[in-house]
Amino acid sequence: MTLWREFRKGLWHDLPPFRLVLGLCPTLAVTKSAVSGLGMGLAVIFVLTCSNVLVSLLRRVIPRKVRIAGFIVIIATFVVVVELVTQAFFYPLYEKLGIFIPLIVVNCIILGRAEAFASRHGIAAAAADGLGIGVGFTLSLTVLGALRELIGAGTLFDHPVLPLIYQDRPFAMMIEAPGAFICLGVLLALMNAATATKGT
Amino acid sequence: MEYVILIVSAVLIKNILLAEYLGCCPFLGTSKRMDTAIGMGLAVTFVLTIATAVTFWVQKLVLDPLGLGYLQTIGFILVIASLVQFVEMFLKKFVPPLYASLGIFLPLITTNCAVLGVAILCIRRDYTFGQSLLFAASSAIGFMLALILLAGIRERLLISAVPRALRGTAIGLIMAGLMALAFNGFVGVDSSLHALMQR
Repeated sequence: MTLWREFRKGLWHDLPPFRLVLGLCPTLAVTKSAVSGLGMGLAVIFVLTCSNVLVSLLRRVIPRKVRIAGFIVIIATFVVVVELVTQAFFYPLYEKLGIFIPLIVVNCIILGRAEAFASRHGIAAAAADGLGIGVGFTLSLTVLGALRELIGAGTLFDHPVLPLIYQDRPFAMMIEAPGAFICLGVLLALMNAATATKGT
Repeated sequence: MEYVILIVSAVLIKNILLAEYLGCCPFLGTSKRMDTAIGMGLAVTFVLTIATAVTFWVQKLVLDPLGLGYLQTIGFILVIASLVQFVEMFLKKFVPPLYASLGIFLPLITTNCAVLGVAILCIRRDYTFGQSLLFAASSAIGFMLALILLAGIRERLLISAVPRALRGTAIGLIMAGLMALAFNGFVGVDSSLHALMQR
């Protein structure tokens, strides 16, 4: 039951990037569409869960002084795996995410979970934590991507949703950088407002 | 002249923060006060330029000849992490005043994606060594410019009545969005510079 609790906290209580304001670069950069947001989220679930498990396994082996370097090497290993797999089997996604696949290495959510959670807990708990935070991150990215895609292009998961007259002249700024910042800011404010009324 | 275009483009048009989304965490984390913004900006400028110079040669002299291109990510991050550690020790020993002002920001820079991002971008865009150095330095200056501008705005926000839900990061993000909108106005400056050069 405690495993379920570790998993669930990633979905609301510690939901990244809203509650843990970390990992903003990929959040802003890859949410041009719902599909690329989802793809980045899935990559992060894999890297985060695997690195959490390995960090937890090695937590008594890695000396404290060089732990950050050790964590980074572990994370980088799984990122290279993701990089090669997407390049081989999901090339369009690889093209779309571009430089942000190697940059998963420096996604502070992953290093943050390794340092704050996985290096202090058992394997099962670390895996549950990684999965939960990863799923939460994926959900946030997909919602943000869907919102920006809907307003910015009138489509959803590449399917036309809004009437053609809108799609001809959409509010393209939402796809560009300003839309990313403003959209995330507004969602964060809504999240704060929801928290304030709900209590926790 | 093409170097001028490269600089203008990296600082204003394709600003790494506001157009390429690199380095957003320290952007929001250290822009609450002007002095931390300046410290972080200087530390990033310093490390970003050195790191790009070193990773360029790591790629050309080690990874490429040995056919280890797939180790780029892991190799670069190791180089950057050890470089940051080295710079920290060097400054502590030989330039204590600089260490005192930049010290606390240095460890954070390892996970600043602007550093790794610019290093990888230089390789992917096939820049020469000179272009890489120039691109890194001007990207870093663009980073510092955006950081200091946002810090100025956020210091003013402290004394204004912001709705409670928007306080903190939320309003910071929206301000960054408005700045990105303003920076969008620079799009096209590079082509007019180019046209000017032709004449």
